[in-house]
Amino acid sequence: MNKKQKKMPLRIIITAALMVLLAVLPIDGRIKTALYLIPYLVIGYDILRKAFLGIIHGQVFDENFLMAVATVGAIGIGEMVEGVAVMLFYQIGELFQSYAVGKSRKNITALMDIRPDYANIEQDGELVQVDPDEVETGTVIVVKPGEKLPIDGVITEGETTLNTSALTGESVPREAKEGDEVISGCVNLSGLIKVRTTKEFGESTVSKILDLVENSSMKKSRSENFITRFAKVYTPAVCLAAVLLAVLPPLVQMLLGGGADWLVWFTRALTFLVISCPCALVISIPLSFFGGIGGASARGILVKGSNYLEALASAGIVVFDKTGTMTKGVFEVTKISPVGVNEETLLHYAAYAESYSTHPIAESLRRAYGKNIDMALVSDVEEISGHGVTATVDGKTVAAGNRRLMERMNIACAESDGIGTEVHLALDGKYIGRILIADVLKPTAAEAVRALKENGVRKTVMLTGDAKKVAEAIASELSADEVKSELLPGDKVDEVERLLKETGKKEKLVFVGDGINDAPVLSRADVGIAMGALGSDAAIEAADVVLMDDDPSKIALAMRIARKTLRIVYENIVFALAVKAACLVLGALGVANMWWAIFADVGVMVLAVLNATRALAVSNR
Amino acid sequence: MKKTYQIEVDCAACALKMEEATKKVEGVKDATVSFMTQKMKVEFDEGADEQATMKAVVKACKKVEDDCEIFL
Repeated sequence: MNKKQKKMPLRIIITAALMVLLAVLPIDGRIKTALYLIPYLVIGYDILRKAFLGIIHGQVFDENFLMAVATVGAIGIGEMVEGVAVMLFYQIGELFQSYAVGKSRKNITALMDIRPDYANIEQDGELVQVDPDEVETGTVIVVKPGEKLPIDGVITEGETTLNTSALTGESVPREAKEGDEVISGCVNLSGLIKVRTTKEFGESTVSKILDLVENSSMKKSRSENFITRFAKVYTPAVCLAAVLLAVLPPLVQMLLGGGADWLVWFTRALTFLVISCPCALVISIPLSFFGGIGGASARGILVKGSNYLEALASAGIVVFDKTGTMTKGVFEVTKISPVGVNEETLLHYAAYAESYSTHPIAESLRRAYGKNIDMALVSDVEEISGHGVTATVDGKTVAAGNRRLMERMNIACAESDGIGTEVHLALDGKYIGRILIADVLKPTAAEAVRALKENGVRKTVMLTGDAKKVAEAIASELSADEVKSELLPGDKVDEVERLLKETGKKEKLVFVGDGINDAPVLSRADVGIAMGALGSDAAIEAADVVLMDDDPSKIALAMRIARKTLRIVYENIVFALAVKAACLVLGALGVANMWWAIFADVGVMVLAVLNATRALAVSNR
Repeated sequence: MKKTYQIEVDCAACALKMEEATKKVEGVKDATVSFMTQKMKVEFDEGADEQATMKAVVKACKKVEDDCEIFL
């Protein structure tokens, strides 16, 4: 509530009371007419003032001018009650509308309000709250349970769980312990932690995200630009029409020899002017987009501008990268096939044999094994490049590596059958089985592609630098329509160029990548979506839409939000224009009076604003 | 050079008017006014005096919308 909103109810009550009083007062004639000027001035003085200033400043045709002319006109022809009442109801409508807009604006900004207000630093053994802007890089800050992490950094002491939902929309808390990197904007849930900051506040994740979201409504969509251009033509056009309406019919009446009803046509022209105010359109369209962007960011989808939301709604082709986008981008043990031993034993020897290696495959083996490895049991480790390793584990000779290693040691091994990398194992020269390691699909990947199709995407294409066999297996699991494999980063741009030619006139091409090496493609596509952008500045820069967590099913959700927003925008345009057009015609014909005019102006605007706030809520299905 | 200013304006149409008016001010290369975030983003011409330009912007905006505030 601003100052104006607080004062207005009082003015409305006083005016209403005076009106009732005047209606029952036993006076008549000129005195009563003069007395009606009191409530009129109470309720309308600011409108009159603004209208006057508007004329002086050459801004003639605005709402205030219209209302002033209409009510002064009514008073001029002796309709005192109508003059005051129109002004009164106009003010009530304006108050309601400014309240509704303010409220929805606050609701939306509250969703995006992840700005931390302070940082705790320790000074002489006491905790002091300081402005996060003043904290220098390398300072140790203290974050208590329930507080927001103000600045990016590394935990130096303590462990806790963090709620990242404000950033990612993900409700499952994340564990964090000493040495872990933590990003600002998370809420510390359980334990007290000390964090050594690695960035300044202005460079921290939370600042970057806030910047991005706040600037997003600056990039205007086509529909918004359309309204701006429309308003430029529209306002002079209706003013001209109003003048013609006031002058032409009486002139025709005079020419036909009858008496000219100047007053009647003048009133109709005034009504016409009040109806024509384009405010409902001008306000509800940016508000709808803002709602859509706000609703999306509450779910961890950052949209950089209304124009991208608009483009996303008409996505026809979705192109996505494989590694890191649809797959986790890390190797995992997907199959254990032991021969003559149990799975546990096979994994045990594999993990021990690879215990000194830092290769991603070795790491995935150790991760799958999960237990602590007693390095003292391992000796004589020998890495045979391009083959694997041999080592002595607990007195036994273990060989772990690819088929070539087994062949070199003259050990017969089973035929390969899966997609991925196989590690064969032999214990004291005897084959004991193989372990399959592959980059696994994200749990929601297949569903994500299906959801895209359900949401009207014509074609889904997977681009990857990976081998053909792997790419095709994954593409069929995802049921992608097309797959291009063994591509270099430059080839991806060429593929996207080719697909762009293929898109229909009203279709848009969306590219989804993990943002690490996809920058050229992200910017080439109509809409570039980057995944898992937490902490990755490059992705935030290059993409138009940023998915804060790694979940590919958010692509379809973003599209649904975009669609709903656009639908609301069109609903509002059609509804407002239809009601206005109908009232304008009725006003010109003399059917609609000033009351209709007030509804057509304020009523339509309030309905459009309420409709616009629906853009905030989109169900997850 | 770009700068963002906090503003106070009550209607979307007025915000549009402010945007139009600001764009015409000498020294302003481009301007966007967001009613939703109540912010004005001004891109200045090369070598323009920021303070003098903003003074002119405030004047221009007051002219089209008497009620608006720009917090410099």
